[in-house]
Amino acid sequence: MTEPLLSIEGLTKAYPGVVANEDVSFDIRAGEVHALLGENGAGKSTLVKMIYGLVKPDSGTMHLHGSLFTPSEPSDARQQGVAMVFQHFSLFDALTVAENVALGMENPPPMRTLAARIREVSETYGLPLDPTRIVGDLSAGERQRVEIIRCLLQEPRLLIMDEPTSVLTPQEVEILFETLRKLTSEGVAILYISHKLEEIRTLCDRATVLRRGRNVGTCDPAQTTAQAMAEMMVGSAFAAPARRNTERGDARLVLDALSVRAPSAFGTSLKKVSLTLHAGEILGIGGVAGNGQDELLAALSGELPVTPGALRLDDTPIGRLPPQARRDLGLFAAPEERLGHAAAPEMSLTENTLLTGATRQGLSQRGFLHWSRARSFAEKVIADFDVRTPGAEVAARALSGGNLQKFVIGREMAHDPEVLIVNQPTWGVDAAAAAFIRQALMDLAAKGAAILVISQDLDELMQISDRFAALNAGRLSDIHPTASLTTEQVGLMMGGAHDMEVAHV
Amino acid sequence: MDLSAIDPILLLASLIVASTPILLAALGELVAERAGVLNLGVEGMMITGAICGFAIAVNTGSPFIGFVAAALGGAVLSLLFGLLTQVALANQVASGLALTLFGLGLSALLGQGYQGIKPPPTRSLDIPVLSDLPVVGRILFSHDLMVYLALALVAAVWAMLKYTRAGLILRAVGENHDAAHALGLKVVLVRLLAILFGGACAGLGGAYLSLVRVPQWTEGMTAGYGWIALALVVFASWKAGRVLLGAWLFGGISVLQLNLQPTGIPIPVEYLSMSPYLITILVLVIMSGDKSRAPGSLGRTFHASQ
Amino acid sequence: MLKLERRPQPSRTWSALAPVLAVLITMIAGGAMFAALGQDPVEAIRTIFWEPLFGEFAFYYRPQLLVKAAPLILIAIGLALGFRANIWNIGAEGQYIIGALTGAGVGLAFYPTESALIFPLMVLAGALGGWAWAMIPAFLKVRFGTNEILVSLMLVYVAEQLLAKMSLGLLRNPEGRGFPGSRNLRDYPSAHNAEIFADTGIHWGVVAATIAVIFAYILLTRHLLGFHIRLAGQAPRAARFAGVAPARLVLICLGISGALAGLAGMFEVAGPAGQINIEFNVGYGFTAIIVAFLGRLHPIGILLAGLLMALTYIGGEAAESNLGLPAAAIQMFQGMLLFFLLAVDVLTHFRLRWKSAEVA
Repeated sequence: MTEPLLSIEGLTKAYPGVVANEDVSFDIRAGEVHALLGENGAGKSTLVKMIYGLVKPDSGTMHLHGSLFTPSEPSDARQQGVAMVFQHFSLFDALTVAENVALGMENPPPMRTLAARIREVSETYGLPLDPTRIVGDLSAGERQRVEIIRCLLQEPRLLIMDEPTSVLTPQEVEILFETLRKLTSEGVAILYISHKLEEIRTLCDRATVLRRGRNVGTCDPAQTTAQAMAEMMVGSAFAAPARRNTERGDARLVLDALSVRAPSAFGTSLKKVSLTLHAGEILGIGGVAGNGQDELLAALSGELPVTPGALRLDDTPIGRLPPQARRDLGLFAAPEERLGHAAAPEMSLTENTLLTGATRQGLSQRGFLHWSRARSFAEKVIADFDVRTPGAEVAARALSGGNLQKFVIGREMAHDPEVLIVNQPTWGVDAAAAAFIRQALMDLAAKGAAILVISQDLDELMQISDRFAALNAGRLSDIHPTASLTTEQVGLMMGGAHDMEVAHV
Repeated sequence: MDLSAIDPILLLASLIVASTPILLAALGELVAERAGVLNLGVEGMMITGAICGFAIAVNTGSPFIGFVAAALGGAVLSLLFGLLTQVALANQVASGLALTLFGLGLSALLGQGYQGIKPPPTRSLDIPVLSDLPVVGRILFSHDLMVYLALALVAAVWAMLKYTRAGLILRAVGENHDAAHALGLKVVLVRLLAILFGGACAGLGGAYLSLVRVPQWTEGMTAGYGWIALALVVFASWKAGRVLLGAWLFGGISVLQLNLQPTGIPIPVEYLSMSPYLITILVLVIMSGDKSRAPGSLGRTFHASQ
Repeated sequence: MLKLERRPQPSRTWSALAPVLAVLITMIAGGAMFAALGQDPVEAIRTIFWEPLFGEFAFYYRPQLLVKAAPLILIAIGLALGFRANIWNIGAEGQYIIGALTGAGVGLAFYPTESALIFPLMVLAGALGGWAWAMIPAFLKVRFGTNEILVSLMLVYVAEQLLAKMSLGLLRNPEGRGFPGSRNLRDYPSAHNAEIFADTGIHWGVVAATIAVIFAYILLTRHLLGFHIRLAGQAPRAARFAGVAPARLVLICLGISGALAGLAGMFEVAGPAGQINIEFNVGYGFTAIIVAFLGRLHPIGILLAGLLMALTYIGGEAAESNLGLPAAAIQMFQGMLLFFLLAVDVLTHFRLRWKSAEVA
């Protein structure tokens, strides 16, 4: 056996109230794809940040090539051959591809040389990219290429990838895997963070599983079933949502060639989106991030006014109605971003009920507020949706992602909506909470509500939706019954591989 | 009315002098804003620079030392803002207002006893040949060192932002501080430096008012110039070159209205005096359609959490 | 190494304690400043904070307290509504001037007719004047997205020029022998904002300020509009999601603060100041910004902060006449107060913690 490239011994990192990592040890060998597996909040990001020098461990050591490795900051880690592709938050929209790449390098060559190098590397690895383009104009997949190329230009020994496939179509995932295999064949080690088990079984040589900050074991993914890995991750079994019988009712919400101009410079405009949402069904809208999901939700919730007739609820044109008027008609929505959009972070849960419940729950009468009613409504949501919180007076920000998500979705469901629109209902939520939310959505549909679920999690949509369509560059694909779809078809609906090509191995 | 009393050459020459204080202050603020910091304390830093420069120049007899003191004074005051917003994570709008109110009080206090004094003169550069050119010589080459320093600073800031790594880092920090932090860039340090630069520039601009343009010390003498400088940054779409253009425009207007006042033009003096402010509003209205150029993290508080 | 750690939710204790602590630190720093000016710091602080309330001349100073606090509170209440919604009206000084001009203008137009209707009309005109002046930045923001901070501030300078023009022109006292300034409204009973109870300092502006505090308190704690104002300030996207129209809030908040500032100006010109002249405005519109923050943007807090700030004005005057302390020292003292408040305020949202910097 070869000497490990990076060996981690007893890393511990605590934050106030939580121990993010406790006594974590494992090795990464040169030339392997090593998966770091775990639920949201299991401590994967903290561990990776320690390796990349963004966070200092409280105790424990790391050795790179056998010598002590204590990166004090990312540039230090980069100089020693560790590079990282982030899930989000590391690109600058208003800057060009080349400028973005230069910012992540220690001693970047002059811009012109750098641009040439970017072209060269991007071709070698099958990731075509124009160095002069503004990053804000790129698709999610292209943005990821910028990050990957930024790393490759430094010729790393260890490449860390944080949830790289969450923004890719199935075809793009295949191509990425080819690129990664080419890299490992050159001796590069890859630390691959994901919670997608099938993906890890296809790609990775070994997997280390984290649960609540602890290493609960290393396994060979190819030899381990997805079920077994899931149990390692979660610890105990939880009820998977039960599929229900579909009974499609009357058409409730009709989108008739809905076009919306993106409100922000780097948003995606919706182009003639048409669909009919029936009572009792869940319609799933898939697609890679940034293909118009936020705009669709805003147009449906009423935050973005549209042509009156393009949006009809039971034959009433509602395109110009503001959010509150739509709620009065029974249409509710839950946006993707919990903190700051679906809920006000600094406000208590009681106060947060007023965002959508002011009239439906009689929390305000002629403008005057009934705080006691708001509190009991908040307490009802907390009880019905199993929200773990010390009480209704706690600030939304103080809740964990999963619990706040349960509160937000629960709040909308407690209004007994006739039409419900949700965007990314289980994003960043632990498996148990995700299962709970999915079950609640299906139960609500069974009671006759019309539900539109926008999500980037294909597994989720395949599991809960009756019909499926995908958003691609602001256009909606044809709508198909979920049961009849193959992965291949879904990928093509999502826009296939865009303009990527397989690496020239 | 006698418009012939206005000498166009003198008018253009004084336009350049009149625009220099706003140009300096706006340039400093531009750098701070490109780093993502909205410092509404320009007025306070300017007036502090005005009195620091004035007092030191009077006491040492050297306008040069005065200007150095003004830059230091502005920078020290801006450091207070920097500590508040970058270390204590206070709201930038509130902190900027505090800086202005504090600076106005501080300058009034420091300025006790300096009213009605004449500062030592700041000498014009005598550039051989160029200064003697007809027309152009008087408009462009008859000024003091600060005028050329301000112009050089415009070029330097422009080149720094466009061509250097420091400029790229500054822009990146202003664009998206979370991403910059993830890449290991030192967001707080970069911003503190930008704030200090902004403070020094505002201080210089203020001292140019009290030492050259007016030249004397009166309480509240900046009279909104600092705020106009802030407006100028918006007008310039956060571009150094356009700040110069904007400063000339405002310099031109204030010089023109001053020159019109004694000509007996049938517009009351008060209306002429309010024109720079009205035109600032007008320009803001015209420019506010295009917000896309504003740095992405402008005015937002950065705290590296976990 | 000292580290800031975000609290899960803002500390209520610190939120209430921060202004008190800020006042104490300002007293210490102010004392040091007074000492640097060659004064006995303890004596100076005592003259500012103790003399006006309990000293020999308290009978004269105490009514002044209300007279000075009323405009500060009135303006600060309006500003606080906007600040809570992230709508920054910092041109209250201008709205205050215009309110005084329109209020006094209406009164003077009726001179020398006596009628009980004149004063209410002046109140209305003052509020309308301030409202209209604030509507300029509000409209420009709603229609063109223009920054309200800069526009409202520019309009202060415009208003000052208008004030000069009016005191020299339209509103000049025809019997004033050519001196600038209007007739004195104190000599015109129908227009005079007289003390309601003799020697208490309580004039109609004090009544209006009290009503404004109560109104704002109910609005912010019991009414949906107040909730929307807070929501829009804390989480603008969540506010839009909830159905708050940002434009409507801009018009409402700037409108209310403009009207209140206009009222303050009108009560001032008709009472304590007496006449329109070039030096009418003394910076209440700017000091009210400090009052609003020091009062935590909360109506009750603003009431207390307004009284405290009025005390520093009066105490400053006392220190000026008794000790020869320069007037500017008080201005700087007030500026310091806001600085220290913002600095101390970090403890409301963050915890301080010692952390070892060594790498394990």
